[in-house]
Amino acid sequence: MQYPVISARNLSLTFQTNDGPVHALKDVNLDIGKGEFVSFIGPSGCGKTTFLRVAADLEQPTAGEITVNGMTPEEARKSRAYGYVFQAAGLYPWRTIGGNIRLPLEIMGYSKADQAERVKRTLELVDLAGFEKKYPWQLSGGMQQRASIARALAFDADILLMDEPFGALDEIVRDHLNEQLLALWARTEKTIAFVTHSIPEAVYLSTKIVVMSPRPGRVTDVIESTLPRERPLEIRDTPEFIAIAHRVREGLRAGHEDV
Amino acid sequence: MRSLVPILTVLAAMIAIWYAGAVYLNANWAYQQAERQDRVLTTSQLIAETWSQDRPRLPAPHQVATEIWETTVEKKITSKRSLIYHGWVTLSVTLAGFGFGATLGIALAIGIVYSRAMDMSVMPWVIASQTIPILAIAPMIIVVLNSVGMQGFIPKAIIATYLSFFPVTVGMVKGLRAPSGMQLDQMKTWNASGLQGFIQLRLPSSLPYLFTSLKIAVAASLVGTVIGELPTGAVAGLGARLLAGSYYGQTVQIWSALFGAAALAALLIVAVGLIERIVTKRMGFGR
Repeated sequence: MQYPVISARNLSLTFQTNDGPVHALKDVNLDIGKGEFVSFIGPSGCGKTTFLRVAADLEQPTAGEITVNGMTPEEARKSRAYGYVFQAAGLYPWRTIGGNIRLPLEIMGYSKADQAERVKRTLELVDLAGFEKKYPWQLSGGMQQRASIARALAFDADILLMDEPFGALDEIVRDHLNEQLLALWARTEKTIAFVTHSIPEAVYLSTKIVVMSPRPGRVTDVIESTLPRERPLEIRDTPEFIAIAHRVREGLRAGHEDV
Repeated sequence: MRSLVPILTVLAAMIAIWYAGAVYLNANWAYQQAERQDRVLTTSQLIAETWSQDRPRLPAPHQVATEIWETTVEKKITSKRSLIYHGWVTLSVTLAGFGFGATLGIALAIGIVYSRAMDMSVMPWVIASQTIPILAIAPMIIVVLNSVGMQGFIPKAIIATYLSFFPVTVGMVKGLRAPSGMQLDQMKTWNASGLQGFIQLRLPSSLPYLFTSLKIAVAASLVGTVIGELPTGAVAGLGARLLAGSYYGQTVQIWSALFGAAALAALLIVAVGLIERIVTKRMGFGR
């Protein structure tokens, strides 16, 4: 593997709550290489979202170390090393789609001409060309989520952190978006960390699948996918795909039995 | 058009109840007058007399309407007897008080949202300020400001401010806190500055709350102005008309001033609503 983009060593995070400490992450060791597509899968409370939030400097670890692009998460955030896609599209209703994508660019001080060029380019990337002047409420849920991905792609971050971005969408839309996301990943060569609770989604998208389990939140299995990078939707019916899905399911079940 | 029939029905019912009330409340006086003159009133005479007294307990609608017509259309607006003159005096103070109140309310809300110390220390005082009856504090404000040489416009505007800043503060605090944790996190991932987060996220999110509060505040400002006009010696303004009317038992004048104040309040709320529609439409909120 090339030098890791995200690297965690004995990473732990304990929340102090009224019911005592909650171990959201415990001794997590993980390397994500450049250009990888890594999925985090596990039941709720396994710390998959927490791991992403720690990498994004939205939560502070209580023990261990994590580096992003060789820096601390805070330095990485301040150098705008990553784009973060949340569960909800979270577009501003008072801004057009173009205006929403322009927002981080305005904040980061890109020139007007550069902004316009990037909005146009990223809208094409997520297949939303022509929707620049529309308002969010004029778009379907899937289109809104695509716009929010475009927003995370608009600036030059080579890492994309995605927290169950398609969780609220129906399966047909989700299939379509998964296909598009793979195409986008192939074109942009970004490193993607993707949180999901869908086994087929994780297997279909990833070069590496991180299986996690709760109480305490920890990594139980890391599966390197043997599927080719070129993946039509039909690949999901191949024995190879089913074998990987089986191993993920076994990992999830094993993590569950420990409790 | 379909809503016109029920609206007119309710209006007609209200006017009918009013006319009936005028007969009931003014009948005593009409009987006494008739007795003194040794007349016996028929029902139709009774009704006619209860609706045309000079100082009725409850004037009939047409008496109030006539008074309003005479003091608005038929009087020059420079006349001291013109309702428009008095209305303008009240309106100018109301707008000044509303302007101060809205500014103060927004400033306090920003402080409360951004400073935990202010949240803990100022918010209780803001709420406590509104539990004091305005009728009790208004004369105090007039007296205190008079002793430092301020009279007329400013003291009245300050009373209006006192009533109008509160809804703006409460509404803006809620509005500025409207963005979700996710939206605030998102700003953080872009390494946005506090000012950028305020201008791009918190301020636009608060606008619907702001306009709702402004509608309440503008009406409260008018109430504050009218109350401020009462202890200032009843020189000018709708409050002065109310007070002068009650001094001389001019119920018709009181009622016409009341309707003047109500119309002014309605006008102000409609104006704020209109600005709200224009702003939200230009921002793309509207569907």
